[in-house]
Amino acid sequence: MQRIGVFVCHCGTNIAATVDVKKVVEMALHEPGVVHAEDYAYMCSEAGQELIHKAIKEKHLTGLVVCSCSPRMHETTFRNAAEKAGLNPYMVEIANIREHCSWIHKDIEEATEKAVILMRAAVAKVNLDAPLKPGESRVTKRALVIGGGIAGIQTALDIAEAGYPVDIVEKTPSIGGRMSQLDKTFPTLDCSSCILTPKMGEVNAHPLINIYTYSEVESVSGFVGDFTVEIRKKARSVDMNKCTGCGVCQEKCPSKKTPSEFNRGLSTRSAIYTPFAQAVPNVPVIDRDACIKFKTGKCGICSKVCQAGAIDYDQIDEIVTEKYGAIVVATGFDMIKLDKYDEYAYSQSKDVITSLELERIMNAAGPTGGHLERLSDGKPPKEMVFIQCVGSRCADDRGKSYCSKVCCMYTAKHAMLIRDKYPDTNVTVFYIDVRTPGKNFDEFYRRAVEDYGVNYIKGQVGKVIPQPNGKLLVQGADLLDNKQILKEADMVVLAAAIEPNPDVRKIATMLTASIDTNNFLTEAHAKLRPVESPTAGIFLSGVCQGPKDIPETVSQAGAAAVKAIGLLAKDKLLTNPCTAHSDELLCNGCSQCANVCPYGAITYEDKEVNDHGVRETRRIAVVNDALCQGCGACTVTCPSGAMDLQGFSNRQILAEVDAICR
Amino acid sequence: MKTEHSRAEMIKEISGVNPLKCMKCGKCSASCPSYNEMDIKPHQFVSYVINEDIESLVKSKSLWKCLSCFACVERCPRDVKPGKLIDAARQIVVRERGKNYLLADDIPELVDPDTPQQLLVSALRRYRR
Repeated sequence: MQRIGVFVCHCGTNIAATVDVKKVVEMALHEPGVVHAEDYAYMCSEAGQELIHKAIKEKHLTGLVVCSCSPRMHETTFRNAAEKAGLNPYMVEIANIREHCSWIHKDIEEATEKAVILMRAAVAKVNLDAPLKPGESRVTKRALVIGGGIAGIQTALDIAEAGYPVDIVEKTPSIGGRMSQLDKTFPTLDCSSCILTPKMGEVNAHPLINIYTYSEVESVSGFVGDFTVEIRKKARSVDMNKCTGCGVCQEKCPSKKTPSEFNRGLSTRSAIYTPFAQAVPNVPVIDRDACIKFKTGKCGICSKVCQAGAIDYDQIDEIVTEKYGAIVVATGFDMIKLDKYDEYAYSQSKDVITSLELERIMNAAGPTGGHLERLSDGKPPKEMVFIQCVGSRCADDRGKSYCSKVCCMYTAKHAMLIRDKYPDTNVTVFYIDVRTPGKNFDEFYRRAVEDYGVNYIKGQVGKVIPQPNGKLLVQGADLLDNKQILKEADMVVLAAAIEPNPDVRKIATMLTASIDTNNFLTEAHAKLRPVESPTAGIFLSGVCQGPKDIPETVSQAGAAAVKAIGLLAKDKLLTNPCTAHSDELLCNGCSQCANVCPYGAITYEDKEVNDHGVRETRRIAVVNDALCQGCGACTVTCPSGAMDLQGFSNRQILAEVDAICR
Repeated sequence: MKTEHSRAEMIKEISGVNPLKCMKCGKCSASCPSYNEMDIKPHQFVSYVINEDIESLVKSKSLWKCLSCFACVERCPRDVKPGKLIDAARQIVVRERGKNYLLADDIPELVDPDTPQQLLVSALRRYRR
């Protein structure tokens, strides 16, 4: 028989205002095995833990129930407190009477009744608890960063600077990401590639960083500290070791009609290409869908002109298998497609563009050589209209529910740059709210209005109507003047919402990392663990976790690196002892548990068993403790009841249910 | 006479709209072809309902200037759809007057089968004042 102590926390008034804690204490004393019960204002405080310590010693307690907040909050605190007093930490159960009870009820009587029932269930479980001991697993001292944008670059650099090897996997032929497509950056207006290119070079030259470009993560297995990852290196058709990056192949390539991804389709590129001049690595790839040699078998010009003999049409995809201790996701974002926003005429007029397209147009290396001009007729625009929140803050399924966060600032930047370079061009911004939280951000926006004469109008645009004379008629409303506005514009720029890179779903599934309804990766705690995924060993960097600008991305990238370094610095990790085990006398080898196991922890062995004197060889499920995460999927699937989870045994769960129903 | 509160509740119930979802972007007013004819603009309709000033809505010119074209319903990013609120306000007027000039059973014969149902309902409310 256990000797159980029950500790009821007030959590200030969080619990005590809705739950009669004295009543819970009184009822606890009637439960089987309970020899001690008390309440205290803050059980998690030093003084509260001291009470627990004292009771364990004085009353020789063998098990504890703490009625308090969610186990996610303080289970570790109370387990550590128990361990200090000489108790096995797995003899502690938490009855969550805050999140599951006091916070969601108003009626004191009902809430107290529920708190008592939750306490009773926890006591029933402790009565069947047995001491558990965690095992140990090793840590592979190498990190993987998925995504080679500014987030991935910064994380990789920070991890490598701490002395751990890092691999970056980047899907496109070059690292650099979205930031490499930007012209200038707010709020200081420095040139984006001028600050990014040195970092790309640094990553390339770092002895501890290895970059896989034109590559994708194919599969992930294992667990924190010991992931095994397969990386598909797509056939580049160019030998990385031989290529000198001279660029002659790109010049001579006769297939030049493919829309350039880097220039958002506003210009074309050759079939053999590097996305942009400062690409890292400066080695082209052959786009086999566009290459004449691959399509018809004839051509081969690039091979003929390559002095280094680097062209290799026979290259095939290669799978690299590597082990990692930590994985950082930095998959970034894209802009939403605007096909559901016909009212803004994006698909009808070349002069209605997205902000990222404008970014390319303003860039000296862009499709117009940095000259602001209409894509329809090449004329410089005299009237520019910017429309904010296109697809952001939408309650319907056309757009995204969230604020994309960066648009207010980059629109102020665009407006200011245009007014500065082309003073004859009028700029009007239609806004709903101007959101500028950030250091020197509001000052930046005010400069656009006060110093550069950008015309800000409060009100979303209703529609954009292309006119026969090539102009764009913008119909909006000025909500402050209470006037409807019809404005002829030469160009319209849409601040389209940003969304996580669509590939993130696939990657999150491989990593068993959770994502929200908007495909942003979920953090372990919104406030206190913002760069960690709830899945151990997976860290989040950049916009894959939520909209952010460059300064925030770089800070978060550093934070993710620190968390990864903290993991890699450990030699061994304690494993969760709450793992599954099969009873060999009950197991009938049906394989259902192996089918549902998300961690690949279950295998089958032919084992000789002695079933009541009958010796025979049977096919039996065996769980690998190191891989098992204790999710319990196998225990509920097992038709013969052979699978059981330590710390959450079927008997314990049923005892809890019985206690609740009593 | 009903209270302003109960009339506002009725507008919400008839329209199925929660006006608190409005973020005051003004896309409705920007889209409205009758904007210049209206004394209370489409985006203001939402706050009149929130503030329970239904009498002003009922007496407004706007109520009968709305063409029920549903441009605002189509484009509202917040699922507030002022056109539906206006439509509901019209229905309140109709209900309070309580007279019918046309029998429901006579309608199908008079109408082109391709006419959207909701347009028809709105039109009836509009022209039977």
